[in-house]
Amino acid sequence: MKSTSRTAKILALAATGSLLFSGCASGSSAQTESADGTTTITWWHNSNNGEGKAYYEKVAKDFEATHEGVHIEIQAMQHEDMLTKLDAAFQSGDAPDVYMERGGGELAAHVAAGLTKDLSELAIDEIGFLGDTAGGWQIDGKTYALPYSLGAAGFWYNKALFKKAGIDKAPETWQELLDASTKLKDAGITPISVGAGDKWPAAHYWYYAAVRECAEQTLADSVTNLDFSDQCFVKAGEDVDQLINAEPFNAGFLSTPAQSGPTSASGLLATGKVAMELAGHWEPGVMQGLTEDGKGLGDDTGWFSFPAIEGGAGNPEAQLGGGDAWAVAQDAPDEAVEFAKYMLSEKVQRGFAELDMGLPTNPKAKDAVADPALASMIDARDKAPYFQLYFDTAFGASIGGAMNDEIALLFAGKSDAQKIVDASQNAADLEK
Amino acid sequence: MIRIVAQEVTYVTGPVAETSASQTDAARREVGVAETKKLQRRRAKPADRRKTLEILFFISPALILIAVFMLLPIIQAVRYSVYNWKGFGPLVDFVGLKNYARVLQNEVFTDAMIHNLIIIGGSIALQLPIGLGIALLLNRKMKVQSLLRTIIFVPYVLSEVIAGVIWFQLLQPQYGVIDTIMSKFGIQGPAQGWLGTPELALWTVLAVLTWKYLGLAVILFLAGLQGVPSELYEAAEIDGASWWQIQRKITIPLLGPTLRTWGFLSMIGSLQLFDMVWILTGGGPANSTTTMASFLVSEGTKRQNFGVAAAASVILFVVALILAVSYQQFVLKRDAQPADERIKAKKVKA
Repeated sequence: MKSTSRTAKILALAATGSLLFSGCASGSSAQTESADGTTTITWWHNSNNGEGKAYYEKVAKDFEATHEGVHIEIQAMQHEDMLTKLDAAFQSGDAPDVYMERGGGELAAHVAAGLTKDLSELAIDEIGFLGDTAGGWQIDGKTYALPYSLGAAGFWYNKALFKKAGIDKAPETWQELLDASTKLKDAGITPISVGAGDKWPAAHYWYYAAVRECAEQTLADSVTNLDFSDQCFVKAGEDVDQLINAEPFNAGFLSTPAQSGPTSASGLLATGKVAMELAGHWEPGVMQGLTEDGKGLGDDTGWFSFPAIEGGAGNPEAQLGGGDAWAVAQDAPDEAVEFAKYMLSEKVQRGFAELDMGLPTNPKAKDAVADPALASMIDARDKAPYFQLYFDTAFGASIGGAMNDEIALLFAGKSDAQKIVDASQNAADLEK
Repeated sequence: MIRIVAQEVTYVTGPVAETSASQTDAARREVGVAETKKLQRRRAKPADRRKTLEILFFISPALILIAVFMLLPIIQAVRYSVYNWKGFGPLVDFVGLKNYARVLQNEVFTDAMIHNLIIIGGSIALQLPIGLGIALLLNRKMKVQSLLRTIIFVPYVLSEVIAGVIWFQLLQPQYGVIDTIMSKFGIQGPAQGWLGTPELALWTVLAVLTWKYLGLAVILFLAGLQGVPSELYEAAEIDGASWWQIQRKITIPLLGPTLRTWGFLSMIGSLQLFDMVWILTGGGPANSTTTMASFLVSEGTKRQNFGVAAAASVILFVVALILAVSYQQFVLKRDAQPADERIKAKKVKA
């Protein structure tokens, strides 16, 4: 009797266990089209709080209202989390239908693995009005994603501190930048903050110097052929080295993070501890998040383009930057493409710009950007004769990572201009 | 050394007589067991089979978990390590052992190995004397004993990430608490900060690790001290031994097994060190604090060279395995042996 009851217990346990397991299994299986004919689109984005999140929920509702039988399943995640989860989703082959692509080598790898849908024909109108803007998301003449926000990197500066140091106008040449830094130092102000602890903020200096030193064609060729043999890349390193030797950076910049906390590079600028920082279009938003009143530098926020470098072969008005684009997974339903296109529409882009969620790419929505510093950056972006994606995006994570590491070593005084080129070329050769 | 051995032998003489007397008994019993087994097999009682099934049933969840979460990942890592793979798409680009060559020829990785070794040596060299000292002090009867024990143990309970973030803020150059206090005394901290100066960063990390893990050493040593019979102290005191002599001649030798086990835990922990380094320095500045684990994580997640990262993880696994097995063989073996065998071995030596 005793043993029977034990067996029964074991059976019961086993039954519960299998129920649990099967429960999990049925819960996680995602179905694109369910029995009653509704189509579900999964959408991942990184506006995970406040107004941005609410706005995207509204956008999805509006789309559902005009497209009968479509349900949009939103997953809003913190940016870094989203990147990790996207990688995992690609590994398991369970990618969301609509997701963010940063372009360049990363996109090329996704395309080569057959993960991303070719939108060239499906979104021909959108690609038309995007024009050059979509360049970073095109491979062999085909467009794989629709950029909805694109920003140039440049110097964000504190107007009040510049005035205090007696600098009347924003530096336009490399020499003027060096002079400004000397003037700021003389006034007892730390000129520049850089989050070299995260490496990429330091690397942006080298990228931009290369954009100024290298001709447009040289840059384009280096991206396609993965070739860094042109002397302009070495010159870029020498320019950056010259700046480092002038010691304009905040104390402890080698371990300073880019954006987290009040002692990060952005935090130092936001709290008036330094006069300027080279950063992308996200900077005002980041600074707002790092100040107690939520205003960042407020009216003191200024922006100037990366200075021209004397004797460089690059166009001094060319811009370096990056952006985000909506991509559609290879096996996603047609409605997903419709949704990606809808998000590029004037209506959605206007709302997006009004909430300062990014810099709209639809030309009709550009005037909705209210912030004067951001507006001046959009002008520079649209005036630029060509637009270069951040190198770590353009060349892909593997080459970009090797490049960034070596540039960070230059900032630490443990490398030189030639070694950056060598390290990048070595990593590139492994990709060929 | 010889004297310590002698002491241990005398301490366990009690059971020795018993074991030698019972040895013939045991032999007889073994024969008996073998016979009954044979009988059982012939009859194959249903009750026995059910017992086997029952055992299988109850250990299978554990076995499945080990297979799914330990064996499978190890096999997968080995598999990935021979491919050039970006983390998605099919495994097609077979490169053989090239990834291993890439890792072993990479100066950042070989430096990382050296950093790991420095941390292994450094944590033992720092935590052993400090931990032992504190444990011996806290083992004395005093009023606030349990309060002090708790205080020492708190850093270990704290999550590594939280402790890391706190220390990162404390160690900030110019605005951090440590630099502020130092400047009050007119001392200038390093210009790039404690974590930003390549020559200081590893030692700073080591200091934070010591702060974090000293509590574990102290708690383990205290537990070991509980196992030292008080009669020995009394006997030594009657013989006129001083406090120092008692510690040196009785406590520390009898604490041997605890110390050796702690050394093992500390070594494995140092080999796998990741969280604290990732938060404090991210492996920088200028790769001066990279560990094998932080190398493979940045190679994998930051650069998407999953093949190279897998090769690094296999190398880390092999290094850890070799160190662990040799530590077991040469250091822990004497503790793992049953007491009577150890005594037998020693008797032969004597």
